[in-house]
Amino acid sequence: MIALRDTVFDPWQELQTFQHTIAAGKYGACCNFVGSMRDFNEGDTVSRMTLEHYPGMTEKFLQTICDEAREKWPLQDCLIIHRVGDINPNESIVLTAAWSAHRDASFAACRYLIEELKHRAPFWKKENTGHGERWVSENTASES
Amino acid sequence: MVMIDNSKQHTPQMKISVKFFASLREQTGVSDRIISCDEPQTALQIWQQASNQPTMPENILCAINMEYVAPSCLVNDGDEVAFFPPVTGG
Repeated sequence: MIALRDTVFDPWQELQTFQHTIAAGKYGACCNFVGSMRDFNEGDTVSRMTLEHYPGMTEKFLQTICDEAREKWPLQDCLIIHRVGDINPNESIVLTAAWSAHRDASFAACRYLIEELKHRAPFWKKENTGHGERWVSENTASES
Repeated sequence: MVMIDNSKQHTPQMKISVKFFASLREQTGVSDRIISCDEPQTALQIWQQASNQPTMPENILCAINMEYVAPSCLVNDGDEVAFFPPVTGG
């Protein structure tokens, strides 16, 4: 399942709720990633952020990467939730999760979901700093 | 002798919907516009018309009907073409 949220969401509650939709006893592993907003970036304090997206293409792309993950690994299901609009420090921005019978598939799929999302899903962050507003120019590269 | 009838006004045959996002929207001052043309053009040619910039910076991404494409890809009548900077979600 994929979802965009324009208000605060609780990733742990979302995980618990979604997990109830998966057949009990069929999964043995759930791996998840939660990204939340820092109050600093590139040496500046960040007081607020706005997340713009491309309506239609964003949802389509997130569904595509979920489908790709399910083709690559034997998953029971996967989940992506992403915030849009105005965001404050410490609020959750993104949740990705993958459920599978064994841990290897869920680790790999969860990593795939967040990396594909960060590299290709059409979202753009604009930060509000003490020096005014600025667009984040690019995401940091993964270290692995 | 060739007779040229100038009484009929020329109407472009194709209409392309163009969108700019994020910093590109702010730079061009445009979020949506319609480009009219007579024959299929590449995404790069649509960029040139819609942005009034002759070259597309290398890091700009383009999509036709919400699918990533190369700037050399042909755009057809009724297509939606979007241009945007590197993505920064997650």
